[in-house]
Amino acid sequence: MWDLFIAPFTEFAFMRRALAGAIILAVSAGPLGVFLMLRRMSLAGDAMSHAILPGAAAGFLVSGLAVLPMTLGGFAAGIIVALLSGLVSRNTVLREDISLAALYLISVALGVVLISLRGSNVDLLHVLFGTVLALDNDALLLIGAVASLTLVGLALIWRPLVADSFDPAFLRSVSRAGQPAHMVFLGLVVLNLVAGFQALGTLLAVGLMMLPAAAARFWVRRLDAIVGLSVLIAIAASYLGLVASFAWNLASGPAIILVAGAFYIVSLLAGPRGVLLGRLPARRHRIA
Amino acid sequence: MTPPAIAIDDVTLGYDGHPAVHHLSGSFAPGSLTAVVGPNGSGKSTLLKGIMGMLPTLGGTIALPQRDIAYLPQRADLDREFPACVTDLVMLGLWAERGNFAGIGGSDRQRIAAALATVGLEGYGRRGLDTLSGGQLQRTLFARLLLQDAAVILLDEPFTGIDESTVADLMRLVEGWHADGRTVIAVLHDLDLVRRHFPKTLLLAREPIGWGATEEVLSPDNLKRARHMPAAWDEHAPWHDGQTPPATGHDHHAGHAH
Repeated sequence: MWDLFIAPFTEFAFMRRALAGAIILAVSAGPLGVFLMLRRMSLAGDAMSHAILPGAAAGFLVSGLAVLPMTLGGFAAGIIVALLSGLVSRNTVLREDISLAALYLISVALGVVLISLRGSNVDLLHVLFGTVLALDNDALLLIGAVASLTLVGLALIWRPLVADSFDPAFLRSVSRAGQPAHMVFLGLVVLNLVAGFQALGTLLAVGLMMLPAAAARFWVRRLDAIVGLSVLIAIAASYLGLVASFAWNLASGPAIILVAGAFYIVSLLAGPRGVLLGRLPARRHRIA
Repeated sequence: MTPPAIAIDDVTLGYDGHPAVHHLSGSFAPGSLTAVVGPNGSGKSTLLKGIMGMLPTLGGTIALPQRDIAYLPQRADLDREFPACVTDLVMLGLWAERGNFAGIGGSDRQRIAAALATVGLEGYGRRGLDTLSGGQLQRTLFARLLLQDAAVILLDEPFTGIDESTVADLMRLVEGWHADGRTVIAVLHDLDLVRRHFPKTLLLAREPIGWGATEEVLSPDNLKRARHMPAAWDEHAPWHDGQTPPATGHDHHAGHAH
């Protein structure tokens, strides 16, 4: 047991760094994922995560595999797609889902082409699936800074964001905070995707947001409980994913997301609000 | 004479330049209780949105001396799947006092509980929104209006799909607001209810058909005129005013003498 669950982290510094990075990321991405889900923006989050690719690729073209240029490029591209998709769906006949699909297909193709202009297949894999086992100080600092900013930002916009998520018409009648809160929220999502891209790659960064949130929804009813549980699931997935990747020599980023996926599927099947228990006829009822 | 609570001067409201409310002028007196009636698409909800400033006017002005105004949107705008309980929803009524950041304290909790008791939902505070019936949800929304404690209250179809006993309970709240001297404007479909409870009525069919004492406005003649509102949205209706550029002006209905 010790060898499987503890030893990798006591013996290898890169495993400790990976665990720290993934856990910090889990704490900040978990709550954002819950709001993406409740605001029916899961697909938007997916599109933004893909949109980071060409931006990061542009940074890679300029200065190779360095944290800062790829981060800045990815952030700029993510924000552009977030704003564009809102603009396209508001001002044209296209619904938001198709405009998002179009944007992210273009982004992925463009990003892969840009990287293969100069890089190797290894570089491409690095950008697509991350290298959680090779987080350097710069990357860890970036993840920590983003997580701190996210928690403070989320605390500041919490009340208008919640109100805008479930009664937007009422919020508009009492406050102008809805739109700015939405914008800050989108900015935080992109920031987290960019930070997650260092560890998990562009394709998987959104996984640590969405899968724990979706899984938590099957177990609890209250918003604070969903947020708390999704953070716990994200942390557990990060730890167990790293353990599995070490024990069986799996790619670490995908292993983390697969464990999160397993949590989702188990919750879907076994959660009190899932497909099995949710369908059981209630055997007892109260008198009122 | 006291100034009106809401003064409306030659207001046109609409979407994409097509008017939904056309050249409406008049005023709501402070403390008045007014029903807004008319066929579907006659601009009733649009008028409330215009008063709230949620929809820019295509022409004319809406003057509100005091911005102390509470608005009950149509229920379709509320996401009932959201993991919130009755208290979370009612609490939003404290927004004007507490804003984005101020804490919700013990006295606020008592006011929320008292408002829930007033609407007949004592002890429902922890219930999830997805477990409420249509009538219970509407009672919850009225509890939120109670907390808002506003001088002007706008209700958009508050009784649609609600059973009679709930309507009767909620109507008592509306009459209480009227007795307090608050200005209440309600979009309604049930003309019998309007005749029984509302002293003033505004009958809309895009054009204002009548605005005044309920009995006079709801005359058979007026109601017949309202029913014959042109339902068509005329894509090629000429612009109302040759000088007005399309971006700020609005269409005029073809064949309508002005």
